[in-house]
Amino acid sequence: MAAPIPSPTGPAMPFVHRLREAVIAGLVAMALAVPFLGLRTVNLDQGLVVQANLAYVPLAGAVVFLGRLILGLLAAPLAKAAAPLATWRPPAGAQRLRPWGGPLLVLAAAALPFLPFANRYVIDLGTTALIYILLATGLNITVGLAGLLDLGFAAFYAIGAYTCALTTTQLHWGFWPALAAGGLASSLFAVLLSLPILRLRGDYLAIVTLGFGEITRIVILNWQGLTGGPNGVSGIARPTLFSLTFDRRAPAGGHTFSEVTGIAYAPEHRLIFLYLIILALTALAAYTVARLRRLPIGRAWEALREDEIACRSLGINPTMVKVSAYATGALMGGLAGCFFAARQGFVSPESFGFMESATILAIVVLGGMGSQAGVIIAALFIVVLPELARGFADYRMLAFGLAMILIMIWKPGGLLSGRLPTIRLSNAKPKPVAEAA
Amino acid sequence: MTEPLLDVQGLTMRFGGLLAVDGVDLTAERNRITALIGPNGAGKTTIFNCLTGFYKPTAGRLLLRHPTRGPIELQTLKGYGVARTGVVRTFQNIRLFPSMTVLENLLVAQHQALMPRSVFSLAGLLNLKGWRAAEEAAVDTARDWLRRLDLLAVADEEAGNLSYGMQRRVEIARAMSTNPLLLCLDEPAAGLNPRETRALAELLAGIRAEHGIGILLIEHDMGLVMDISDHIFVVDHGARIAAGTPAEIRNDERVIKAYLGEPDADDAAHAGGDAH
Amino acid sequence: MGFTLAVGTFLQHLINGLTLGAIYGLIAIGYTMVYGIIRMINFAHGEIYMIGAFIAVTTFTLLLGAGVTSVPLALVIVLAISCTFTAAYGWTIERVAYRPLRTAPKLAPFISAIGMSILLQNFVMLTQGARSKSLPPVMTGGITLWHDGDFSLGLTNIQMFIILLTVALMAGFTLVINRTALGRAQRACEQDRTMAALLGINVDRTISLTFVLGAGLAAVAGVMVTLYYGVIDFYIGFLAGMKAFTAAVLGGIGSLPGAMLGGLLIGLIEAFFSGYVSSAYKDVAAFSILILVLVVRPSGLLGRPDIEKV
Repeated sequence: MAAPIPSPTGPAMPFVHRLREAVIAGLVAMALAVPFLGLRTVNLDQGLVVQANLAYVPLAGAVVFLGRLILGLLAAPLAKAAAPLATWRPPAGAQRLRPWGGPLLVLAAAALPFLPFANRYVIDLGTTALIYILLATGLNITVGLAGLLDLGFAAFYAIGAYTCALTTTQLHWGFWPALAAGGLASSLFAVLLSLPILRLRGDYLAIVTLGFGEITRIVILNWQGLTGGPNGVSGIARPTLFSLTFDRRAPAGGHTFSEVTGIAYAPEHRLIFLYLIILALTALAAYTVARLRRLPIGRAWEALREDEIACRSLGINPTMVKVSAYATGALMGGLAGCFFAARQGFVSPESFGFMESATILAIVVLGGMGSQAGVIIAALFIVVLPELARGFADYRMLAFGLAMILIMIWKPGGLLSGRLPTIRLSNAKPKPVAEAA
Repeated sequence: MTEPLLDVQGLTMRFGGLLAVDGVDLTAERNRITALIGPNGAGKTTIFNCLTGFYKPTAGRLLLRHPTRGPIELQTLKGYGVARTGVVRTFQNIRLFPSMTVLENLLVAQHQALMPRSVFSLAGLLNLKGWRAAEEAAVDTARDWLRRLDLLAVADEEAGNLSYGMQRRVEIARAMSTNPLLLCLDEPAAGLNPRETRALAELLAGIRAEHGIGILLIEHDMGLVMDISDHIFVVDHGARIAAGTPAEIRNDERVIKAYLGEPDADDAAHAGGDAH
Repeated sequence: MGFTLAVGTFLQHLINGLTLGAIYGLIAIGYTMVYGIIRMINFAHGEIYMIGAFIAVTTFTLLLGAGVTSVPLALVIVLAISCTFTAAYGWTIERVAYRPLRTAPKLAPFISAIGMSILLQNFVMLTQGARSKSLPPVMTGGITLWHDGDFSLGLTNIQMFIILLTVALMAGFTLVINRTALGRAQRACEQDRTMAALLGINVDRTISLTFVLGAGLAAVAGVMVTLYYGVIDFYIGFLAGMKAFTAAVLGGIGSLPGAMLGGLLIGLIEAFFSGYVSSAYKDVAAFSILILVLVVRPSGLLGRPDIEKV
């Protein structure tokens, strides 16, 4: 059945070949369409009934045929047009502006809630995007820098969230101590989990992390006494600013932000405050990662990704390097989880399933592993795109899956795949006295 | 004469039913180049792997006389622990960190020295003065070795993009940046052209003269071995069959029979590489 | 009485576990073959199984509507149709989403597979509806092996059918891999794809056929699950796929007998743990055992240990 199909990227494929290829694609599409588009099983009172909409079958065939034909014809001219983009390098002067990129971006992001078009919806969306950026920044340490595939990152997210939920509701801690506890608990959990399994390599490690992710979710779901099971935990403490709340009325013995500042109460204030907190956390995390990459520990992470055997031959203990990567990544996951819990005021196990892990991983890989800018772009893409497609609510996840496949085929290394060196000899100060060894 | 830096006694390595190394004794001294030669599959790389902690020997004693830490039995250490005693190696099939730059490769090599100076990364995160000084010193060490190996011009290139001969030099520079006691080189001349091989010979002779360290060398290029070695051990079928100065080895009948006697052995070695 | 009852309960869990394990094992083979040949976790394989189950439901419903009453005839038709269409899906998925990424960095095909999984789930949800489909029991009856008072140990016809068909498929499959040109080509590609291509093996076709075969087996598992539980929805592929992949790793990924063994073990662990300890934590048990096995034997039960080359 596997008819020999010539490569679609062949330099000068005759039109007849392209046509033949498109016909085959169309026929396959028609075959695939029969059981799903052509026939539809419907639940009726008397049981299942199959409804036939066979008109969809040739329609699917035609769409695929035309799509394939047009893509095949356009591929070569498009590749030609895009060629200069691939080799484009920023001019030498731009190099010096690089360090300013991060701070400028943070300033711009901080200004967002005060812009005229910013409404509740925009601020909320920005907050969600920042949570994902923070999560992906953490996972990027494990996957992008240290090269350890982690399919259960949502577990760390969950542990941060539940630590926050439980410390604020059961122990009546405030948000800020709970935030610290959430990050630390996650980190500690990562150390405990990773120690026994670090001997495993590559995909085996990945599947074990997947197992841990699921175990965490199932335990949270079933440990009713502690976590409330599927009902979750509600009444989680809201963040405060120097113990000022953002409520309309002050709690007993406390004050509200509007009382003290004299600014009239507005419900948006809390949203803006939340947005600024997560922005600060994310900026801090991104800065920390950028610094860590230049430190021995960060270099060891990347070296481990490149060649574990060479690392050992230089006296680097791979276990410590891996544990530190997991722990640092988990710390950020935990902080994000804690913030998430406080923002919602409520957590339940369904927020931490495998799809959550997969989404965070997709951000890291789509962005280009190891790239902080890539993480930001990909997180915006993954959070904002489905929102834009709200009108097509039913189709947005379909489009999301399709987009993931297409981006990978288009740019297998991720959107920003280049690695920036952490140091340049040309920038380092030469030693004043040349005492050649 | 002082006691040797490294004393290997009765090193034996068995893989299932295969006896790869059978009771080999050898020594390496400071300020000396010691060569380990033998036909393909003789067990040279296996000896190296035992010595540098990649394999746990079945039997035998690997004694390193460390100038400050005293005698250390290398076979009791974990893999990465051996390198921390100052026994550092290169690999037959070069193992750089290919997408990191040459300079970064050399800085990774100084991990052991830099790590405490970054104080659990805190001093580094805050960019404190002590850390900055340590980092500058590390860059200086790296710069010295890059200059020495004529790699300054490519310091900011990705290591994986360099030519084969350059990658070999980067690997040696990386090993030397760790400030080793014993440098173990696994076929450093493989794939080099005659000019590069001559430069390598000069470099090794220079390191021997200036750094007070021992060099242990596996090599198939007999010209190079005879030229620069102070002492040679010959292994065949996992056992040591001869030891002595280059002149002695050249005239040893068993060696000639096992190895040099076959005129094609040298060429075959270049074409095939050693078995693991 | 107490003792015999305990033995009876044990045997009942065993039978249930074997049935479940057979289904997991068949899906696991698809994971293991694909991993063996292109070192990739085909994350969308669970959806393939779900597609197989949906085609089975549609075909059964059509046959019932057409008045086909012979159960064996219906089974043969359903198996044939489900395998054919599902295999076509398997082939297309590889062709569209994975082949362009053959030389890409390791994680790219994996993300593409996650995308494919999301795409297929939503495709089926949109075309067939989000509500679960329940089929009237197609195969009924069974034999009572033993009974004592209220308790009876039974083996249903469906269970017999599932176990026997799995054994037959495994036997046939082992023959295909060990004796046929396709099996040889497949093993050659596993060892060294470049060398295999140099020796004239059509690597692309071998990989395509691997996906086709894996999808066919997943379709059989889909048919089985439709018969066994009678209820399916668009979401069943996810959990089954995850467990089947766990099974493949447990058995030693790349090993066919390993996949079957892993599947059986996961099925048995699930059945016994739900029966004796807690059904809420049955998946925790399965994953914990996987982790334990991997810590002790990093390459799985029947996998070849990979020797570190220095």
